[in-house]
Amino acid sequence: MTYIAKPKIDLPGHRTNEIGLYTRDYEGVLSTLCAGCGHDSITAAIVQAFWEMSVPPEKVVKLSGIGCSSKTPAYFISGAHGFNSVHGRMPSVATGAMAGNRDLVCIGVSGDGDSLSIGFGQFGHAVRRNVNMLYIIENNGVYGLTKGQFSASADKGSKSKRGNINQWKNIDSVSTAISMGGSFAARSFSGDREQLVTLIKAGVKHPGCAVLDVVSPCVTFNNHPGSTKSYSYTRDHYHPALQTDFVPPATEIRTAYAEGESTVVELHDGTKLLLKKADSGYDATNRSGVLRYLEQQRARGEVVTGLLFINSELPDMHKIYDTSNKPMKDFEFEQLNPGSEALAKLQNRMR
Amino acid sequence: MKPTNVNNPDYFHKVVDCQWACPAHTDVPEYIRKIAQGEFTDAYIQNRESNVFPGILGRVCDRPCEPACRRGRTNESPVAICRLKRVAADHRDEDISDRLPLIPSKKNGKKIALIGAGCASLTVANDLMPVGYECTIFEALAEPGGLMRSNIPSFRLPAPVLNDEIGYIVDMGADLRLNHPIESMKDLLNEGYDAIFVGTGAPKGKELKLPGREEGNANIHIGITWLESVAFGHVEKIGKRVLIIGVGNTAMDCCRTSLRLGAEDVKVMARKPRDFFKASDWELEDAEEENVEIIVNHSPKEFVIENGRLTGMKFKQVEYEIEHGRIVHQMTTGEIIVPCDDVILAIGQDNAFPWIERDLGMEFDQWDVPVVDKTTFESTLPGVFFGGDSAFGPKNIIWAVEHGHQAAISIHRHCQAEDLTERLPVLLNLGSRKMGMHEWSYSNDFDPAARRKMEHVELSQRFKDLTTEVELGFTAEQAQQEVERCLNCDIQTVFFDDLCIECDACLDICPTRCLTMTPNVDKVDLLSQLKAPRRNQDQPMFVSEPLKQTKRVMVKDENLCLHCSLCAERCPTAAWDMQKSLFKFPRAIDHSDKHQNGKSPCQKTG
Repeated sequence: MTYIAKPKIDLPGHRTNEIGLYTRDYEGVLSTLCAGCGHDSITAAIVQAFWEMSVPPEKVVKLSGIGCSSKTPAYFISGAHGFNSVHGRMPSVATGAMAGNRDLVCIGVSGDGDSLSIGFGQFGHAVRRNVNMLYIIENNGVYGLTKGQFSASADKGSKSKRGNINQWKNIDSVSTAISMGGSFAARSFSGDREQLVTLIKAGVKHPGCAVLDVVSPCVTFNNHPGSTKSYSYTRDHYHPALQTDFVPPATEIRTAYAEGESTVVELHDGTKLLLKKADSGYDATNRSGVLRYLEQQRARGEVVTGLLFINSELPDMHKIYDTSNKPMKDFEFEQLNPGSEALAKLQNRMR
Repeated sequence: MKPTNVNNPDYFHKVVDCQWACPAHTDVPEYIRKIAQGEFTDAYIQNRESNVFPGILGRVCDRPCEPACRRGRTNESPVAICRLKRVAADHRDEDISDRLPLIPSKKNGKKIALIGAGCASLTVANDLMPVGYECTIFEALAEPGGLMRSNIPSFRLPAPVLNDEIGYIVDMGADLRLNHPIESMKDLLNEGYDAIFVGTGAPKGKELKLPGREEGNANIHIGITWLESVAFGHVEKIGKRVLIIGVGNTAMDCCRTSLRLGAEDVKVMARKPRDFFKASDWELEDAEEENVEIIVNHSPKEFVIENGRLTGMKFKQVEYEIEHGRIVHQMTTGEIIVPCDDVILAIGQDNAFPWIERDLGMEFDQWDVPVVDKTTFESTLPGVFFGGDSAFGPKNIIWAVEHGHQAAISIHRHCQAEDLTERLPVLLNLGSRKMGMHEWSYSNDFDPAARRKMEHVELSQRFKDLTTEVELGFTAEQAQQEVERCLNCDIQTVFFDDLCIECDACLDICPTRCLTMTPNVDKVDLLSQLKAPRRNQDQPMFVSEPLKQTKRVMVKDENLCLHCSLCAERCPTAAWDMQKSLFKFPRAIDHSDKHQNGKSPCQKTG
């Protein structure tokens, strides 16, 4: 952390986005995380992505639970709505927020402890319900706030800072999300800004629960030889399975690719995602194929990244419940609360 | 691109824009920090080691440092560097004799003649006497100071300030001979001095040969000669309506002096539009504050004489066509007579050496000026050196001081029969300013405050006499706020590529996006990758060695850096560090074996 604030300064060359905002308008307070934390990189990627997409800050809701990762919503888009929930309960709050106002852009930030240990059940159900949100898991393999114990995502056989070997198999959020019936599962690395920004944008635009697991090294407790979540290990075993281009609505796809090398996924608002395959035969829309591929690569110790699975046709929560297109918060009180007579009538039906 | 060689002292020196722009390389940020700490005497002495006349320059310096100031690139005015120098001088201890260079009682037997007691000669004496030289200064006028006394009016530069700082040098034991003009170089050469330094300035004001010049002579004055006559009390009044021809800094001194000698209507007549004025902006502002009218686009045509007396001046009215800051076409649109009682010509000045015989073996160039070496300041006659305005024409005090420093080194090497061109290199010392996890021994927090405004004496009080100093100097509060505006450019961002783990923390925190990590490609591609566009190609750019993990390079555009230290604070491995750059500019004493005893500019390290 630092004691002085980041100077707000106008220099020639600072640009504004389509709605007249500077990148610093998408920043938050100064981070109090350790210097060099991967989470700060992810925060910067979120700032960049939201600035580039010209999302109005007041249209954003940012949510988190407990942990180092869950501190980060304070560090971006200070003009957004926010809720810092109980440990592991961010998905419930997100579900409620999106139920109440489906027009918001929802970004939930969680960690491997918050989502894969205490909040594992919550995570699964948000994925299953396909709540329209970007669900970022800042994954460093350790419990940083409690001095670096192995977390549920720590790989078997990896070494702690004090030299202990992890005995348990890891929970992989990406394959878990896919097998839970998720519609969007991606992995990235805090050190690959270009890919991360694209995946954040794709996740924001995806109409459903976009799970984005980001390997985010903990410089204090998990950046040593023997760690499988360090900067150098991740770079050495980095394996993008496919490259994603984000093509905003009403923009042409300029680059041409040979057939079979790329797939175009078109989202409801006209956004196109151009998936270019790095590994031949990889198909991000084939659920069983993706799971098989992930299992193969896991055995090899590769850190597979990219938009690994997408099915934009799966219905999201509002579609499943067949709710109104008008956000609930816009209804009159009388409509939402028809009164005690109506309640009595309802109860009578159940007697 | 090739990695930047930061071992070359020039790299970090250029980052300290003010110090790089200062001819004498004054360590501006360091003395501003000393002022901030209330160490006024330390700040003064540190200034003196570079520029010799802090009190004088704190009032009348040409301030090349201020246009260069990094603060000026943040959409704000530069730090008031010059006026802070005055703060150091105003508040220094009464007696600083124990901080001045020690003068050896045993001399080295070499005698130096210095012609003209101006800033150049005084600097040479200041540098040579601590080495053991005996210096004799010949001055034509009744008081020492040269141009500083004769041409700069005392309402800008009070005599006590001059006397103090000249006194420090004369009191080192210089033999100052006043009212002693040198009329023959040949005679002086025969007097047996080991070296001669010519610091006679550029004493000849330019003439304007137009019809009526001779008839109106009684009321037509040459600017610098007239200022000198005023300074020594030979002229005490001037007509009510005065025209100043020319719009340089001498013109500004002439118009403001006229107001103090009884003039009521003073006009400065400029041939060209305002963008082409030679005077410094602040001098123009000060003159206009005193209701001097500056009239542009009037080219002098003739002096109007009636009954043998000057009654006005005729001007051509000119219009200019300007493209990209250059005049491409001009046309005369009319003529006008401006009535006046006196005209002062301030259109430049020249060197003049009528007292140097042309058969001494000294080479003169096509403009009849001695040929002087730009590094050694030696003329083609070995042992005769030039400096200040007399070397390369009119510049300013701070340049004369630097000439003096360099000439002193040459004189020393000449007297020791050493090669003049074998000069010591500039040395660089870097020392970390880290105090703790997020603590630095300098004020790194960016302060957006605007430049403090210098208070002036009321207009009604100002013109009562010639010696009332117009500028009041900064108050303690003003100085305190102004020092915080300095961005500490001398606290350098030093990068250690072998420590970097490429976590992006520095890139993300940088408030000006001056850092970029990118694959190492050729220069054009690399520039296109920068996070903020490179707007000033003259500013240094740092390219690191390839980084360990990805072989990318760290690039830093120094043009934009605020020296806020956030990159270093956010760095988990201390790959960035904030280090104070201390430059050692060799002086004559460093070339001698006396440097242990004398006070060299760089006794502090780290």
